[in-house]
Amino acid sequence: MQNSKFLSAIFAAGVTFVLACLMLGVKLNTEGTTLQVEGASTEQWTWIGLGIAVVFLSQLFSAQIDAFFSGLPKPQLAKVLPEASVMARLKPWLLAALIVGMLVWPFMVSRGSVDLATLTLIYIMLGLGLNIVVGLAGLLDLGFVAFYAVGAYTYALLSMYFGLSFWICLPLAAALAALFGFILGFPVLRLRGDYLAIVTLGFGEIIRILLNNWTAVTGGPNGISGIAKPTLFGLEFTRRAKEEGAMTFHEFFGISYSSSYKVIFLYLIAVVLVIFVIYLINRLMRMPIGRAWEALREDEIACRSLGLNRTAIKLSAFTIGASTAGFAGSFFAARQGFISPESFIFIESAIILAIVVLGGMGSQIGVILAAIVMTILPELAREFSEYRMLLFGLLMVIMMRWRPEGLVPMKRPHLELKQ
Amino acid sequence: MSQLLLDVNGLTMRFGGLVAVNKVNLAVKNRQIVSIIGPNGAGKTTVFNCLSGFYIPSEGSVMFNGGEIAGMKDFQISRQGLVRTFQHVRLFSKMTVIENMLVAQHRHLNTSLLAGLFKTGSYKRLEQEAMDRAAYWLKQVDLLEFANREAGNLAYGQQRRLEIARCMVTQPELLLLDEPAAGLNPNETKELDELIIRLRDEHEISVLLIEHDMGLVMGISDHIYVIAQGTPLADGTADEIKNNDDVIKAYLGEE
Ligand SMILES: Nc1ncnc2c1ncn2[C@@H]1O[C@H](COP(=O)(O)OP(=O)(O)O)[C@@H](O)[C@H]1O
Ligand SMILES: [Mg+2]
Repeated sequence: MQNSKFLSAIFAAGVTFVLACLMLGVKLNTEGTTLQVEGASTEQWTWIGLGIAVVFLSQLFSAQIDAFFSGLPKPQLAKVLPEASVMARLKPWLLAALIVGMLVWPFMVSRGSVDLATLTLIYIMLGLGLNIVVGLAGLLDLGFVAFYAVGAYTYALLSMYFGLSFWICLPLAAALAALFGFILGFPVLRLRGDYLAIVTLGFGEIIRILLNNWTAVTGGPNGISGIAKPTLFGLEFTRRAKEEGAMTFHEFFGISYSSSYKVIFLYLIAVVLVIFVIYLINRLMRMPIGRAWEALREDEIACRSLGLNRTAIKLSAFTIGASTAGFAGSFFAARQGFISPESFIFIESAIILAIVVLGGMGSQIGVILAAIVMTILPELAREFSEYRMLLFGLLMVIMMRWRPEGLVPMKRPHLELKQ
Repeated sequence: MSQLLLDVNGLTMRFGGLVAVNKVNLAVKNRQIVSIIGPNGAGKTTVFNCLSGFYIPSEGSVMFNGGEIAGMKDFQISRQGLVRTFQHVRLFSKMTVIENMLVAQHRHLNTSLLAGLFKTGSYKRLEQEAMDRAAYWLKQVDLLEFANREAGNLAYGQQRRLEIARCMVTQPELLLLDEPAAGLNPNETKELDELIIRLRDEHEISVLLIEHDMGLVMGISDHIYVIAQGTPLADGTADEIKNNDDVIKAYLGEE
């Protein structure tokens, strides 16, 4: 036993050594037309050595470390929060306070914060959408970003070619993304687990490559710029109205122009959209269809034996999840004013999936919290931006050790029966 | 009516070269408890899989309520009123007991998205009826007090009972039970015995039962089929089976 521990520790240290040497120990430099291999400095070698030592020791003493971790107290939300009956009474007030806070807050902080909050809200929408597919229906989808792209390009193209407004395109984008979800749903119906993940991954790439290469329509890698911003009942948020006869927001209200109105307006739209999405999905989860999604995740064979049509249920999960992403996508295009296939790479899918897993599969509050953590942490740790992926990885490992069920695991609804 | 509820003729199931079920005939009348017995690997579960649409039989006909169901999709068959349990309990473990009961009634509910989002009258009424039916059946199997417990946290015997209640709430005419007494203690087996009899006498359904507990089978069956190595060996009442030389030989030979 002790011996095998020692061997596995040696092995892990060896793997670390090889990887570290390849990735950190040597550098390739171009000198004129030739490549030169350059060794790392002594200081870097010291760090590499330290890293290997840490890996070796942590493997050797993994049992003790496990014991230490399991000894750590787990956060007990139930103890911090008041009792269920009190909570039920407080809930509407808390929600109202939260919404009012979200609406007032942007007027008191910097433009940058509001902008970041808007981005967070987009990820919340995406997380909630993927949560339906992965968290509830249990279908591992690694190409979710494809539907986000479909939504974004729907708005960008319709606005560019037909001059349609944001508010008309929003439902259209959701509908088109839903259609794509439906189309993808068909071939992957029979697949589960890893196979499903690979096919959806491929689908995500196909959409991105299509957007990249269909230059005539999508502008290819150059993307689409100058996408119209949303208006408030026809009022624009620019300094001067673009169209003849149209009015701008500050002219209408007789106030001086400020670019932060636009940022705050976009934020408020995002808040409204997120509240709408949360409400919708929350209802769905308590409806027969939501229960059927979860039942499918729990046991597909039992579902079939009880007369549930798994084809219809899977397709509905894919479709509704995709439409949420389409929703988020069209808002994203409107906010950025510029989109290109670069915005819809695989890493985006991975981040959205990380949000769902971190938050706690199926849990809406968990997904919202995780989306906040995942968008704000990288901003706070700007200096480490090169190590962003490394930090994500670390965060994942820590979470899996410490709280594998996610930040806020899903709570079952309590249903009262008449006795 | 003299029509059979379930009428199986020449049912055969092959897996490659292996004949798992070979020309099996079964007949179940309304309000009957019929059992299938046979040694392990005899092909009993495979028969269930063929009847419930999980496998498409290689040969033979399965008439349910006068209509052919062989080849139909699993979920279509269960919607016709033929519902089964599994040899290994299959619950929606992370969902509560009551949610398990509601999922089973999916097709009795208003599943239109708009109706649910706007909570129309018909949606609320059907949802309430489903809750009432769930409560009724949970009471029948003594699980009412655990309604909001996660199904996976129930004791094994309770999980078995929940599986039966979950089938019953779909309002079937024929219930297929695959070794329901496996793993139960004598007390629980006795309760199961009474429950199955109640299903026949009070709820007027038929039960097709696979079971190794001979006490249970002999006590409650109206008719018994014996299968060995996929092939029908004998059938008849409990007394006839007990005294059948072939059956005795097959069972003693195995042990
Ligand atoms: N899907 C399958 N593929 C191949 N062989 C199978 C399959 N299902 C069952 N069998 C075989 O059929 C035979 C009968 O199995 P089963 O019906 O489970 O027996 P019982 O339920 O009577 O114990 C076994 O030999 C088993 O290996
Ligand atoms: Mg079996």
